[in-house]
Amino acid sequence: MPVTRRETLVSGSAALLALGFPGDLVAQEITAEEAIAAFAQGAQITPGGVILTLDAVAEDGYKVPVEVAAEGARALMIIAPENPVPPVAMVRFGPMAVEQQFSTRIRLARTQEVMALARMPDGTVLSAAQFVDVVVGGCGA
Amino acid sequence: MATGVKSRVKLPKVARAGEVITIKTLITHRMESGQRFDEAGQTIPRSIIHRFTCDFDGETVVDATLHPGIATNPFFEFKARVPRSGVFSFAWYDDDGAIYTAQKSIAVT
Repeated sequence: MPVTRRETLVSGSAALLALGFPGDLVAQEITAEEAIAAFAQGAQITPGGVILTLDAVAEDGYKVPVEVAAEGARALMIIAPENPVPPVAMVRFGPMAVEQQFSTRIRLARTQEVMALARMPDGTVLSAAQFVDVVVGGCGA
Repeated sequence: MATGVKSRVKLPKVARAGEVITIKTLITHRMESGQRFDEAGQTIPRSIIHRFTCDFDGETVVDATLHPGIATNPFFEFKARVPRSGVFSFAWYDDDGAIYTAQKSIAVT
């Protein structure tokens, strides 16, 4: 089942949405590209300036520690493009936050390149990516 | 998943004015992704915590939008500056409408 579903999502979701199919059919999920575009708000994405700390090998895809930091950022986003739901978390920082750093534990469905984006106060968007070899996939991600 | 939810927050009880502290939070939650199937082949409905916030005396520290890619029993760690004595408030928003909250006060010496 996962393969069929995946294929449907990748090939068909954009077309389905364009045709105005009810959201239920594609479970109102968005692709990695859409998530990135929504976060960037039209800004150019510049690699570098974001620290994404993540082990290169994840023994257990159900629980992968990850830390993202970008000093001064307004918001951070973690994206796992190969997950069934690519956006993982979007963190907005308020006036009381410092060092703009956020750690959590995420699920990774399969081996992939995890992305982190940071929106800076001047509107620019920075990115970082880390390839992660997932030994046992967190299939329910 | 409104039963047995227990949150834990760890931060110092005292700090110097302007000190940067690390806050760690944990909450027990299945974070059912909505991607899995039960034995009968039916999709198990999504049930996750979709938003987490932390503020200090009403001023936002972090406001996180969460998706099913967050692991079971969501853990977060972040940093905040403590300008004065006050209260950190935490809130976790469940898909079922429940809001779990916690508060921790900190004293500036």
